[in-house]
Amino acid sequence: MKPTLKQSMFRWLDDRLDIQPLVDMMDHKKVPIHSHTVWYYMGGVTLFLFMVQVFTGILLLMYYRPGEESAFESMQFILTEVKFGWLFRNVHAWSANLMVLFAFIHMFSVVFTRAFTTPRELTWVSGFILLLLAMFFGFSGYLLPWNELAFFATKVGTDIVGAVPLVGEQLKVIIRGGEDVTGATLSRFFGLHVAILPAITFLILSFHLLLVQRQGISEPRHFKALAEEKKRYMSFFPDFVLRDALLWLIINIIVLSLAVFYPWELGLKADALASAPMGIKPEWYFMFMFQTLKVIPPHVWFIEGETFGILLFGGAALLWMAVPFARFRGKQIVDSKWITILGIFTITYMVVLTITGYL
Amino acid sequence: MKRTRIIKQYLLIFAGITLLGTANLLAESKVNTCLDCHVENDIMPGDFLEEDVHQHSEISCAGCHGGDPEAEDMDESMSADAGYIGIPSRQEMPAFCGKCHSKIEYMRVFQPRIPTDQVDQYYTSTHGKKLLSGDKKVAMCSSCHTSHGILPAKDTRSSVHPFNIPQTCNQCHGDADLMASTSHGTSQYEDYAGSVHGKALIERSDTGSPACNDCHGNHGAAPPGAESISHICGSCHLNNMEFFKTSVMGQLSESADYHSCEQCHGNHSISEPSDELLNVNESSLCLECHSDGDEGYVAAEAMYTQIRQTDSLYQAAIIRLKDIQIKGMNDVDIQYVLKDAKQNLIQLRTMVHTFDPVQVKEKAAEGKELSAEAISLAGLEISEFNQRRMGFGISTLAFVLLAFAVFLKIRQIDSNKKSD
Repeated sequence: MKPTLKQSMFRWLDDRLDIQPLVDMMDHKKVPIHSHTVWYYMGGVTLFLFMVQVFTGILLLMYYRPGEESAFESMQFILTEVKFGWLFRNVHAWSANLMVLFAFIHMFSVVFTRAFTTPRELTWVSGFILLLLAMFFGFSGYLLPWNELAFFATKVGTDIVGAVPLVGEQLKVIIRGGEDVTGATLSRFFGLHVAILPAITFLILSFHLLLVQRQGISEPRHFKALAEEKKRYMSFFPDFVLRDALLWLIINIIVLSLAVFYPWELGLKADALASAPMGIKPEWYFMFMFQTLKVIPPHVWFIEGETFGILLFGGAALLWMAVPFARFRGKQIVDSKWITILGIFTITYMVVLTITGYL
Repeated sequence: MKRTRIIKQYLLIFAGITLLGTANLLAESKVNTCLDCHVENDIMPGDFLEEDVHQHSEISCAGCHGGDPEAEDMDESMSADAGYIGIPSRQEMPAFCGKCHSKIEYMRVFQPRIPTDQVDQYYTSTHGKKLLSGDKKVAMCSSCHTSHGILPAKDTRSSVHPFNIPQTCNQCHGDADLMASTSHGTSQYEDYAGSVHGKALIERSDTGSPACNDCHGNHGAAPPGAESISHICGSCHLNNMEFFKTSVMGQLSESADYHSCEQCHGNHSISEPSDELLNVNESSLCLECHSDGDEGYVAAEAMYTQIRQTDSLYQAAIIRLKDIQIKGMNDVDIQYVLKDAKQNLIQLRTMVHTFDPVQVKEKAAEGKELSAEAISLAGLEISEFNQRRMGFGISTLAFVLLAFAVFLKIRQIDSNKKSD
C-alpha cells in the first residue's frame, strides 16, 4: 500500500531526527482522571502566558528605547503611533500579572495535592525558583515605562533591599547602579528584564519541563489507593493536549478582553525632583510582603523591623522550598495534615494582607 | 633668670588677651536704657513688634527718636543735648523717616538696590500735597507702615503686603468721618472685594492680581487721570492696551471726554468680563452709547457672533476630547491643537479692543480651523476605537469558534472511545 503524505512526511522527519521514541513516549503517557484533574492544567496555563510574554515582549522590544529621556517617550509612541502597539503592551502587562497569578495557583495546587513528594522534589524546587523569577520579571518590568508611580515604587522596593543584613547597602547600590534610582537603574532593569532573567528562566524552565516529562504526571494519594481497575486515565495526546489547548484559547480571549477593556495607564513621566505622588503601591504580588513590613514594629528584639521582615520572608521562602525534603521519624512530612493547614494559612495570610493593602 | 623672663612674657600676653576680650565683650553688649525703662514701666508703644524691621537691623529706639540709649538717667538720655527728638508731628513724619530712607549712602548697606525716593514721591501724592497744605488727617508713613511694628513688604503679616493693602487703605478710605471732606465716598473696599481683581487677591490669594497700590501707586498715590487709565490697566493687560490705542475708540478717547478702559469696565468694581458684555441685548455695554443700526452696533454684533461661533466650536472639540479620554484613546495630539485653540480664543477676546470686526473675523477663522482640526482628529480616534472593537469582536469570534471546534473534537474522541 502506498504511504499517505502524512506517513511520508513522518518517515522523512524520523529518518533525520529519530522522533519515533518521542511519539512512543507520548502515546504511553497518561493523565489520571479524578476530582482534582483540573489542577493539572494550571502549569500549562502558566507556560502559555509565559509564551505570550515572550512573544509580546519581543514585539515591544522593537520600539522600546531604554533611557531616562527615551523610555517614557518610546512607550507613548508604542501606545499611540505603532500599529497594535497599544494591544501588545496591554496584553504584555495583563498576561504578566495573570502569569504570576497562575504560577501561584499552580504552586498551591501542587502543595494541596502533595505532587511534590519523591521523586518530584527537584520539580518543586525548580518551579519555586521559576515563581521567584516571574516576580523578578514583574519588578524589573514595572520600572521600564519610566512613569511616576513605577519610579517611586522602585525607589521604595530597592530601599527595602538595603535592609538586607550585612550586604544590603552594597546590594542596593548594585541594583540601582548608584546611590539613587536613575537612568542607570533603568538600564540595569532593562538588561535584567530582557536578557539575564530570560536566559536563567529558559534554563530552569527547560529543566522543569524535562522533569515533568521524565517523571510523568503525579497521582494524588487517594487515586493511588484505588484498585487498578477503578483508576481512569486519559491519553496525554491528544486528550489532555486538546483540553489544554481549549483552556489556552479561553485564557487568550480573557487576556485580549482585559487588554481592550481595561488598558494599563501609562501615567506621568518620572521626575526625580518631584515629590512622591499619593498611592505608591508595589505590584499586587508584592503587596502582602509590603504590608507585613509596614506592620512590623521599628525594632524586633535587637533587629531593625525591616531587616527582621526580610529575614522572615527569606527564611520562610527557604523553608517553603525545602518542605519536600523534610523528614520526620524517617517519613516525609508532606504526608502530614499540617502541610494542608500551612498551605491554607499561607493563602489566607497573603490574600488578607493584599486586600488590606488596597483598602 | 631666663625662665623668669619667659614666664613674665607669657603672663603679660595672657593679661593683654584677657583685657582685650573683656573690652570687646563690653562693647558688644549694647545698652538700650529706653527699652529697659519702657518695658519696666509698661509704657511700650501699642504696635511694638519684636520682629520690627528696624529692631531686626539693630536700629534702636534712639536710631529714630534720638537721645542717648546708654545713659542711665532719663533726663540725660532724653535731653536735647543728647539729640532727643521725641515723637514727631504728622507733618514732621516724612522728614523723620526720610532722614535715613532718603539717603542711598545709608540705605544701600541694607539693600543695594533699595529705592530712596519715597519722600519725594510722597509729596507728589494727594496725601503729601494735603499734608503740606496743613491737613493733619491724611495718611503719612506710619499710617500705612505702622510705627513700631514695621515688617518687610514681602512678609505676609506686613500691613503693606499685597494681601493686606486693601484693608490698610480701607482703614482711612472706609472711614466715613475721615472721608467726609472728600468726594471719594467709602465704598472702594466693598467694590474692590467684589471685583474680579479683589476676588482673585482676597479669596484666592493670587498676588498676580492688583491691589490698590498697583493702580494708584503707593508713596505717590493719586487717582489716575483719564489719560493715564489705559496705561495703568495696560501695565498688566498689555495686548488690550496696544489694540485699544490704535483703535478708533482709543483715538476718540484721547480727544473726547472718555475714560478709556474705565468707560466700559468701571474702576474698583470691575466685573469678570464675559462675551455677553459685547452682545446687542440688555447685557451689552456697547448699547450704553450705541443704538440699533449704527456702526458700533453692527460691529459689536459681528464681533459677538464671531466669538460665540469660535467658542461653540471649541466647546464642541472639548466634548469630543473628553469622549476620547473616556474611551482611553490617544488624546495627545488633540490636546496640543486645543491648547492653540484656547490661546486663540483668549487672543480673539482681547482683539475685541480693536473694535474692528474684520480683524476679529480673521482671528476667529484661525480658531475655528484649530477646533475643527481637533474635532477631525477626535473623529479619527473614535473610528480607530470602533475598529479596535470590531477587530476585537472578529478575533474573539474566531477564537471562540476555534475553542468550540476543539471542544467538539474532544467530544468526538470521547464518544469514539466509548463506542470502542
